[in-house]
Amino acid sequence: MNDRTIGRAGFLGLLGAGAVGLFFAKDFTGVLDRAVPKSVSAVVPTSGWRIYTIGDSMPTFDPATYRLRVDGLVGAPTSYSLADLKAMPRAEQVSDFHCVTGWSVQDVRWAGVRIKDLLEQAGAKDGVGALRFVSAEKPYEDSLTLQQALLPDVMLAYEMDGAPISRPHGAPVRLVMPQMYGYKSVKWVDHVELGVTAEPGYWEKHGYDADAWVGKSNDESA
Amino acid sequence: MTSLPDPALPATAPVARIERFTLTERALHWMHASAFFALLATGLILYLPALSTLVNRRNLVKNVHIWVAVAWAVALVVIFVVGNRRRLAEDWREIETIDRDDRRWLRGRRAPQGRFNAGQKINALLTVAFALLFALSGFFLWLGERDHRFIFAGTGTVHELLTFLSVGLLVGHLYLALIHPSTRHALRGMTTGEVDEDWARKHHLKWVEAERLASAHEHPTP
Repeated sequence: MNDRTIGRAGFLGLLGAGAVGLFFAKDFTGVLDRAVPKSVSAVVPTSGWRIYTIGDSMPTFDPATYRLRVDGLVGAPTSYSLADLKAMPRAEQVSDFHCVTGWSVQDVRWAGVRIKDLLEQAGAKDGVGALRFVSAEKPYEDSLTLQQALLPDVMLAYEMDGAPISRPHGAPVRLVMPQMYGYKSVKWVDHVELGVTAEPGYWEKHGYDADAWVGKSNDESA
Repeated sequence: MTSLPDPALPATAPVARIERFTLTERALHWMHASAFFALLATGLILYLPALSTLVNRRNLVKNVHIWVAVAWAVALVVIFVVGNRRRLAEDWREIETIDRDDRRWLRGRRAPQGRFNAGQKINALLTVAFALLFALSGFFLWLGERDHRFIFAGTGTVHELLTFLSVGLLVGHLYLALIHPSTRHALRGMTTGEVDEDWARKHHLKWVEAERLASAHEHPTP
């Protein structure tokens, strides 16, 4: 090994490690979160969350005007304020959040309303087969089949980790569907439409799977 | 470029200077620096939740980020095509070569250094490797959004880790180039292309002596 190969070996080694990292690198923010003080983790997203949006600005939440509209296959279309939603049976859960791009956040505490309770309140008709969740961030939307939406860990959440859901996380109400990748968990939900069959959502129109089961979709175990 | 003594000048000639960086090298450095700052600023706006909420032009910022990256790649090609390629190849040969003196220097001993000291060589090797890995991981972030078959587990992690590492490298680089008394003279070399020969003799002895030898070959003294 001559003098020149030392630098070159280091350089190529680094490039190789980085290229391999594309396929295998684990999210390191979990480690950072334990290592850095709270003041840092308030600024740098060490909690593991990454904020993705499709629009220019995140929707703003005004408690005075916010309404969740529920329509479609219901007796009569209804709108609920956040207070109305909080008056429904409160459900709590701790679940993991997995993003299709590779990062995950463990043990997120959610509180909100189960879909079953929402459907009862809204007076869902027979024949409902799917729910379409529409975001205030246009044109984001996504759908679940009724069966998926009634899984025991699916909810329309208004609290995350003991506090009202923050604006980047979808204030005031977001869907939580832990068994599927995060693009199914629509943020800033202000409209739920009950229908017969699931419509393709925003990312499904871009070729992503509608049944986005964690670890078993988007070509993962093909 | 060593200037021959001009008889018209007074005996106490201004400080002798020696060319360290050609226009090609300076163009490459400042092009990369400008692109880096633009990519860092736009990247942080997209990445840090506090900035994300503040800046309500997220799609614009994302497009600027992507197009600056494209412009960086184009500018790189242009500099290689129209610039002094022989000089760039020479730079790379010097940077890759970590000789005995460099290894002693890195262990904190005194050792004569070439045009680049060992620290500068490592900075350059890291910068080039980081840039290529940034481009690679960024390309797959872009492509994965369009086609989920190109989503790899670690793409985002690699891109983020590179951000943290290169900001660390940048802070050290800026300190040495702008603040540290014995090295900040080097900034002149990157702006005007020339450094004081006395300074160069003190910090880059092997280079100055090699230049002397080379110019003695070109302009043999009678």
